[in-house]
Amino acid sequence: MRDFALLYAELDETTSTTRKLNALQQYFRTAAPADAAWAVYFLAGGKPRQAVPTKLLRQFAIEYSGLDDWLFDECYHAVGDLAETIAHILPPPNQPSEIGLADWIELGIAPLRGAYPGTVRSALLLYWDQLDTRERFLLTKLIGGGFRVGVSRLLVTRALSAIAGLDSKLIAQRLMGWTDGSVKPTAAGFQQLIAEHTEEEHAQRGGQPYPFFLAHQLDREPEALGELSRWQVEWKYDGMRAQLVSREGQNWLWSRGEDLITERFPELAVLRLPDGVVIDGEILVWHGGDAPAPFADLQKRMGRKQVSARLLGELPAVMVAYDLLEYEGRDLRTLPQAQRRAMLEQLVATLQVQQGAPQLRLAPVIRADSWKQLAEIRAESRQRGVEGMMLKAADAQYGVGRTKNVGTWWKWKIDPYSIDAVLIYAQAGHGRRASLYTDYTFAVWDEAGEGEGGRKLVPFAKAYSGLTDAEIAKVDHAIRRTTIEKFGPVRSVTPSMVFEIGFEGIASSPRHKSGIAVRFPRILRQRQDKTVDQADTLDALKSLLVAP
Amino acid sequence: MTSDMVVVRKEGLYCVPGQFYIDPWRPVERAVITHAHGDHARGGHRHYLAATPGVGVLKSRLGDIHIDGLAYGETVVHNGVTISLHPAGHVLGSAQVRMAYRGEVWVASGDYKVEADSTCTPFEPVRCDTFITESTFGLPIYRWQPQQDVYDDINDWWRANAAQGRASVMQCYSFGKAQRILSGLEADIGPIVCHGAVQTLNTVYRDSGVWLPPTVMVGDVDKEDLKRALVIAPPSAAGSPWVKRFGDFSDAFASGWMQLRGARRRRGVDRGFVLSDHADWPGLMQAITATGAERVIVTHGSIAVLVRWLQQQGLQASGFDTEYGDDEADDAGVGNAASSAADNASGTADNASGTATATADVAATATANVTANVTAASAEAVSTDAPPAGARHA
Repeated sequence: MRDFALLYAELDETTSTTRKLNALQQYFRTAAPADAAWAVYFLAGGKPRQAVPTKLLRQFAIEYSGLDDWLFDECYHAVGDLAETIAHILPPPNQPSEIGLADWIELGIAPLRGAYPGTVRSALLLYWDQLDTRERFLLTKLIGGGFRVGVSRLLVTRALSAIAGLDSKLIAQRLMGWTDGSVKPTAAGFQQLIAEHTEEEHAQRGGQPYPFFLAHQLDREPEALGELSRWQVEWKYDGMRAQLVSREGQNWLWSRGEDLITERFPELAVLRLPDGVVIDGEILVWHGGDAPAPFADLQKRMGRKQVSARLLGELPAVMVAYDLLEYEGRDLRTLPQAQRRAMLEQLVATLQVQQGAPQLRLAPVIRADSWKQLAEIRAESRQRGVEGMMLKAADAQYGVGRTKNVGTWWKWKIDPYSIDAVLIYAQAGHGRRASLYTDYTFAVWDEAGEGEGGRKLVPFAKAYSGLTDAEIAKVDHAIRRTTIEKFGPVRSVTPSMVFEIGFEGIASSPRHKSGIAVRFPRILRQRQDKTVDQADTLDALKSLLVAP
Repeated sequence: MTSDMVVVRKEGLYCVPGQFYIDPWRPVERAVITHAHGDHARGGHRHYLAATPGVGVLKSRLGDIHIDGLAYGETVVHNGVTISLHPAGHVLGSAQVRMAYRGEVWVASGDYKVEADSTCTPFEPVRCDTFITESTFGLPIYRWQPQQDVYDDINDWWRANAAQGRASVMQCYSFGKAQRILSGLEADIGPIVCHGAVQTLNTVYRDSGVWLPPTVMVGDVDKEDLKRALVIAPPSAAGSPWVKRFGDFSDAFASGWMQLRGARRRRGVDRGFVLSDHADWPGLMQAITATGAERVIVTHGSIAVLVRWLQQQGLQASGFDTEYGDDEADDAGVGNAASSAADNASGTADNASGTATATADVAATATANVTANVTAASAEAVSTDAPPAGARHA
């Protein structure tokens, strides 16, 4: 545990990629394989479920530290992280231990899941007494299910590739499935991860997907990309990225977060595909017609593990296919985009002839004579229910993650919706933003109540990001000055600040007070030129809803 | 209430019978200064009184002032109040102010630290009836390691960097923290380079008889040797051309705020060393208990928390709103300074019982002024790599 805590501290403290990489390599070289296996799992983004409810963690920590509840809460508000608060307030350990990460996870934490509170209590007190501040922090994070670390999966891949002397694409491939919780990290598993390449490897993949190739935001005028003819242009859908894997007579559907979601989309699970095919695309709810349903509809499907026949009928899912990564068991990722596209078109056409297969749609390629004409077509994005366009280099390979070395995918998104809203509640952030008010609730004017007490501010969105540190500091200060009431970590403030809020989508929602829900709200800028009275109204917001 | 020996006025803490101020934030006739950090020692007073070991630093920072030194433990009587100064262990020349009048004793702590270090006279508890204490780190999450452990960590970090041919740039405040770190360095690891702002204060310390390892200015070192150097510079030097000359260096920050991940990550340095010149939570408890005071007045920091806690322990406790920032507040990034000011204000509201003098108006002004100071200090921090003389802290 000590080595992993040290690694965590190093990764957490430095912002330098080189130093993170060095620290990772150093750890993987020296750690016992069983510990290294779990380290890979956590560092690459594995998210174990919470083993002990937060309430119990808090309660036992308070008991052990001998602090009053109120004083513990004051500490928690200053720290902004439960595990870190607990690590700091407990008395120093009396029985330091040398137990490794794997044993902590398998013998220490796993048995706590669902155990009686009394059992959990005596275990926690024993564990905490064996660990120093850094280790306690980590253990408590792992138990509480909130482990996160400032390192990308790509970096973990690079570190492993360096110590194994293997191509990082191979490591990335082997890492697929490591973090979805379906396979237990073991010493043997870690040794396989860094073992010599073998010929049978490709055949042993089971239902594993390929690492997703991710797009970059287009940060310049598209003309800068050169000849339009060198680019394959598609719509950018606002759905759920997924790979549909068909091998050994079975289908697997994987989300970008590497969650296996086959059961949630039975209509895609039953598609009969040839063996050895992997399709990359977007899952959407599509009722028929030219445009997909809003993301909110897809969300209703995403959350359900058991899908009723009624829901299948009301919210039918489709996969819009835009890439072919494997065909007849052969990895196509090094072929040029245009060639993969041609094979995809052929495959989808064949399937449609054979089976009808309305749940599999081919993503259309958009053709235009010039960038200017393309921009005009892009202006139709909202009516078409898409977020803009994707620009894919016609001669590019399919890369790994957010890389640009073998070609680039650009997302050319339309400008977000925007509305001027008033800050009415604020909550302190976490981690880097602990003790700063960074999470805000925004409201617009509801004029419906006019006549009886005048118009009211009605909250419609929460937003966290978009301001610089300096701007946050100013807003934080203004919040403290204009606080009306504190409810735990939340403050209500006298409305005084107007912000331009951007968002990607909007839908009616009976669950929200304002009657609407917006997607990806974020702060575009503070409108210091506007008074609270000049903020937008709920009617203005609702007018953005596309007429049904 | 009217008989309180010390009250808050718009100029600062005021000793009523003695007719003098303690660390006032506006110009006054007579000021007793606890220590030379900028939020406690300001320019413009007619007459200053400070502990003798602190006179040199005050003069170097405030220029030509009318100042008297008083040796620790010696007394002077002013308008019937017997004043003496006692070591606070915070920085060179830092003092607690003891005031005795008609059989009653009050002590104002200024800033203090209970762990002894070799760069200043160690903290001495002073028995009193009423103790005015700071509360910069007044939460149980703040518990310091023994300083030798921190020095060891700093030396290990330096040694590892030197072995890789990389300079180690330590950001810390020029006055106090810098010298304390210097006193813990193992000088055989490599050359110790100090920024001009730090070097000026090193001279004052050495002149006062404090031993510090040999230090040099950057121009005195060969380019090759810089790669093994430990560099001590004020935070304002971060990102400046002065610091860029060290090439691929590792940077660190030393402050009590580095205890928290959030503050450390906001700083964006490779290493955060938890080293403070203020008392931690156990230190505050130890100091308060040792005074034997029945009444405690809490200033700058976690006022509301400490007041509530002390009241639970059966003490008569209340808060004073002051304009002392805390010298380490800047360390944590802009947020904390503002938050301590705002929390000060709420502290008064919640605990108005003890002090009638701290009115809502005073609280409001205090908050507003602290903001102005914080803004000024951060502006300085980015605009210059020279020591921000006078104002807050270099």
